[in-house]
Amino acid sequence: MSLIEIINLNKIYDKTKVPVHALKDINLKIERGEFTAIVGPSGSGKTTLLNMIGGLDTPTSGKVLIKGVDISKMKEDELIDFRLKNIGFVFQSFNLIPVLTAKENVEFIMLLQGISKDERERRIIELLNAVGLGDKLDARPYELSGGQQQRVAVARAIASHPSFVLADEPTANLDSVAAEGLLDIMKELNEKIGMTFIFATHDNKVIRRVRRIITLEDGKVKSDVFQN
Amino acid sequence: MKLYLILAWRNIWRNKRRTILAASSIFFAIVLAIFTRAMQHGSYDYMIDSAVRMFTGYLQIHSKGYWEEKSLEKALDYDSNLIKKIEEIQSVEIAVPRLENFLLISSEHITKVTSVIAIDPEKENQMTKLSQKLISGRYLKKDDNGILISEGLAKILNVQVGDSVVLYGQGIYGITAATLCPVIGIVRFALPDLNNSLTYIPLSFGQTLFSMENKITTISVIINNPKKLDYVLSEVKKIVGDDYDVMSWEEMMPELVQGIQLDSVGGLIMLFILYLVIAFGIFGTVMMMTAERTKEFGILISIGIKKTKLILITTLEAIFISLIGALSGILISVPMIIYFHNNPIRFSGELAEISLKFGVEPIIPLSNDPGILVAQTSIVLIIAFLSSLYPLNHIRKLKPIEAMRM
Repeated sequence: MSLIEIINLNKIYDKTKVPVHALKDINLKIERGEFTAIVGPSGSGKTTLLNMIGGLDTPTSGKVLIKGVDISKMKEDELIDFRLKNIGFVFQSFNLIPVLTAKENVEFIMLLQGISKDERERRIIELLNAVGLGDKLDARPYELSGGQQQRVAVARAIASHPSFVLADEPTANLDSVAAEGLLDIMKELNEKIGMTFIFATHDNKVIRRVRRIITLEDGKVKSDVFQN
Repeated sequence: MKLYLILAWRNIWRNKRRTILAASSIFFAIVLAIFTRAMQHGSYDYMIDSAVRMFTGYLQIHSKGYWEEKSLEKALDYDSNLIKKIEEIQSVEIAVPRLENFLLISSEHITKVTSVIAIDPEKENQMTKLSQKLISGRYLKKDDNGILISEGLAKILNVQVGDSVVLYGQGIYGITAATLCPVIGIVRFALPDLNNSLTYIPLSFGQTLFSMENKITTISVIINNPKKLDYVLSEVKKIVGDDYDVMSWEEMMPELVQGIQLDSVGGLIMLFILYLVIAFGIFGTVMMMTAERTKEFGILISIGIKKTKLILITTLEAIFISLIGALSGILISVPMIIYFHNNPIRFSGELAEISLKFGVEPIIPLSNDPGILVAQTSIVLIIAFLSSLYPLNHIRKLKPIEAMRM
């Protein structure tokens, strides 16, 4: 069974003056351990597709199966719970809770999962060390640079041991050094612990590092290629 | 729960100025509401106490039908044991016997009608502080056979202390009541109606004059805690049984009750306007706080935080802000109320003159009734919480995708 299976997925936004067919008959399979980018020009549907996979938006038709479970049929509260347990998110910006420290931001998601205190403490140290922020445990987001904030977001995304991480333009607001640093960490996590990462991006720095590139154009899969 | 509390507490300090502003509006609302209400209730309590001490007492005991007919035939036996029993009831300060009648009073060629009140001088003084109204002569003694006359009446009759006047009229069963007696003292009342008509005589002198040995018309009861009126009323009724009427001041002075009710409604309208201003103030603040965090809420829901948890956090924020405002409001209000209760606000000018005319000292002691503090704080807190319901509804309807686009 594939980690993610998308079957005949369509999304039409019909609340606009002219209905927008954002995704057209998408069929995809993503396996565990992949390091994949969904790319394409603005308006091609890459963020919409990422939102469908993350259960943040509902398809007009078709199915999104995560570990064989059709999430498009889930109710709102079930979906939130499902996301908490199975999906990690890294967004472009405003990722962290501004009033919590780096440590507390990572801990928060584990608290929601009911993970024990000792286990939380262990994971916080391990993850923040892994993203190179072992010395910034008590720093608030405004005390961290953009790159450091995104690294905390990555630590938070994987703290709950999700099945995969969705990253929507994670490097968009970072300079190239910070972006490369962030990608190094994600790549390492992918290689070391087999964490699946799916990016929606048009940043070449990301595209160069991924093993699979799914290109969308006008809501359709234009190409789906693997690279070394 | 600890983390939610920490989160909510830190969130409210993200914008210190706004939190202080919101808490301040609650603070001022509570202080204003408590002060206004305490002043209003304090003035009512003082007005009632002044009026009952001067006229009726908090409650009065008389024979059945006396209040309607005011007839001497409806007098009651003077029973010192009964008075003692009433005075033993908790919260009763004093029970004062009176024998009241209307007579003609004459000096040389001038005759006027006077309201004659036969009193136990000591007890009457405890109730009405009558001796303090003395402007010449001396206060009555128990066995005097003379009168205390009100200043206005003395002027009309052109009499002074030491002069004699004739009291003439009817005692019980139409028996003639007539005597020539000296003016022992002159008293001044602020209220012109009283100042031109009252005459006081000792109880035993009155009983002899009206041929009413051992009879009185009323027993006025003063209590030291107006809140205990119902309790004292029921205890007195238990003691006197069905033989006598027991009336509260509210039954005897309905015009005073109506006046207070009317004024209270005016005060409540002012308070309602104050509540409305606070509600809009808090609502506006909460709306801004929510609007600027919509994107953040969207992200939190996306990463797996349930809306109920977000609602919990924002509710905790509202509770914190409300409590900061409420507690500081109470902290300021309590000493303020205690101070102005013990040191009443004294007013002057026309208002003071009007007050004096009614025989009431021109002061407003603030009520120290803790009920006012509890009621006003609760109302303001409820308004604050209701105003905070907006974000709950906003979060409930929030779609993470749309929120993150904002």
